[in-house]
Amino acid sequence: MFYREAGDFKTTYKADQAIFPIALDRWFVVTVVLVFLVVVPLLASNYMLESILTPVLILSIAAIGLNILTGYAGQLSLGTGGFMATGAYMAYKISTAFPGLNIVFVLIAAGLCAALVGIAFGVPSLRIKGFYLAVTTLAAQFFLLWLFTRVPWFVNNSISGVPTAPPRKVFGFLVSSADSDPIDRYLFVFIITVVLALVAKNLARSRIGRMWMAIRDMDIAAEIIGIRPLTSKLTAFAISSFYCGIAGALWSFAYINTVEPTAFDINRSFEILFMVIIGGLGSILGSFLGAAFIFLFPILLNVMPGWFGLEISVTLVTQVELMVFGGMMIFFLIVEPHGLARLWSIGKEKLRLWPFPH
Amino acid sequence: MDMLYNILIAPFLEIAKSPSFFAEVVIGGLMSGVMYSLVALGFVLIFKASGVFNFAQGVMVLFAALNFSGLLDAGLSIWLAFPLTVLIMVLLAWCIERLVLSKLVNQQDIILFMATIGIGYFLQGFGEFLWTGNVRKLDVGIPQDAWFFGDIMIQQSDVFAAVVAGILVIVLALFFQYTRIGRALRAVADDHQAAMTVGIPLRSIWLIVWSVAGFVALVAGIMWGSRVGVQFSLSVIALKALPVLILGGFTSVPGAIIGGLIIGVGEKVAEIYWGPLFGGAIEEWFAYILAMLFLFFRPQGLFGERIIERV
Repeated sequence: MFYREAGDFKTTYKADQAIFPIALDRWFVVTVVLVFLVVVPLLASNYMLESILTPVLILSIAAIGLNILTGYAGQLSLGTGGFMATGAYMAYKISTAFPGLNIVFVLIAAGLCAALVGIAFGVPSLRIKGFYLAVTTLAAQFFLLWLFTRVPWFVNNSISGVPTAPPRKVFGFLVSSADSDPIDRYLFVFIITVVLALVAKNLARSRIGRMWMAIRDMDIAAEIIGIRPLTSKLTAFAISSFYCGIAGALWSFAYINTVEPTAFDINRSFEILFMVIIGGLGSILGSFLGAAFIFLFPILLNVMPGWFGLEISVTLVTQVELMVFGGMMIFFLIVEPHGLARLWSIGKEKLRLWPFPH
Repeated sequence: MDMLYNILIAPFLEIAKSPSFFAEVVIGGLMSGVMYSLVALGFVLIFKASGVFNFAQGVMVLFAALNFSGLLDAGLSIWLAFPLTVLIMVLLAWCIERLVLSKLVNQQDIILFMATIGIGYFLQGFGEFLWTGNVRKLDVGIPQDAWFFGDIMIQQSDVFAAVVAGILVIVLALFFQYTRIGRALRAVADDHQAAMTVGIPLRSIWLIVWSVAGFVALVAGIMWGSRVGVQFSLSVIALKALPVLILGGFTSVPGAIIGGLIIGVGEKVAEIYWGPLFGGAIEEWFAYILAMLFLFFRPQGLFGERIIERV
């Protein structure tokens, strides 16, 4: 009744091809973005901004990156953590080598480095696919992390091996290092996330996105109709790694303030794969929903016993957390294997008819 | 030039200088290769019969070892604890089949794969919940002395592990080749639908496969556990079984064994002779890179079925 497309006439091809063809959707998205841009920073506590919203947004970027590779181009990857680490370490390296460089350019450069590394590790995808590919991407994960921990050049020979992120400014606002204001940091990350999400959304519905999807659905058939597997697979790897690299750099610069290998270990790779699957393969919205769900769920599990006045030891909490997390994963896959994004679109379908189901 | 010399020539000179040390390294590698093979075997069994890439195999190893050592610590004798743990693993297989796999029939591979990761998380939490997360020593009376052949030292426990693994593989091979159930398993692995049409019950076959994989996990868990103690890192070691699988091919039992030996030896030799050049600890990634390079030349692995693609 309230959500409908009736009366929403398109008179140009341009209007028909818009990202959100239904006016109500368009307004909804604009409102959400404005709320997160203006209202949330005014109302939310520092804890909320610093420890929940910022990491969720950064993880969303990584999830979008992996979604491009796995959801759109169909190449399963377990090396996300390695590509994120590349972004983080290269951002640190570039930023300390050129202290005057604006951090936006640092991020882009770090992303490009990650993209190059992604291409290198994506080359096997031309020969192999499926789970074989997944295992070879593990090579990226282990090799890259080993490289960054073993070669002191990457951390400017820092003795601890875990350097702190240098303070950097954007338009006069400090956005990295521990002294920066959580609001500035949050807004910086938020704007980058929105831009990247918009770019990804458009990429997915452009020629290149259709190439990826053709390769995903059946690569031989795609090859026969004239799509080059080489370019489409490697662009998917490059762009995906670009996103992961930026996410890794932001994670180090705007969230944990240090450049450390443990933040990008194999568990991170799995976590991001979960986000993509729970959120929905091949959906940008799903990347956000999945990131929020996977990041917030353990926090919720930690806090929940307190609400009921239960005192539980820390070890028991971690054990129960693992069990509930695993159980929820399986439950979700059984109930809705296409992820939260599918639930969202089912909800919209229902709303279209509600409250008169005929 | 120096670098090239260090990489290409110096290690071989070193090998030539002390062949007995090299032999020791190789034997050590073979033994850890046997361990990898044991874990990889569980993967292959399940992948062959159900097409599920069971990521939880590593955690199943940990879970089986935890149960076994927990029962031992509770005062049971080995001869009681072992069948009890086998029973637990069968029960686990039944639960997995009933609660997870049967609900996910006809889903994409990646969904099943994710579900096994979920199982892995659950089992890890559950195992530690039951038996606490402390490191346990596991002593089942495997001899710990060493034998000497000339200059070469061989750990008896390693030989024991190799013998057990060998027996296990032979038993499995006989089981697959000559029993009714084994034939049914091979039929299912070949073609699900054809197997169902001739009246092979798919679900009980899956139950059997997962039980056998659980049994293999138990054996692997006991072997690893008596070596390094029963602890969480067991399930991480099991990740190494993945490059082994790639090398051997996902669907081949002998492939899992040979792949495991190659990876075990390659990794040890590389670590000892080439590791210092790169600052050490290249064991962490060597297996993966080796597997990746290998795939360039033979995408289906050493013994995997030829990949035939149709539109």
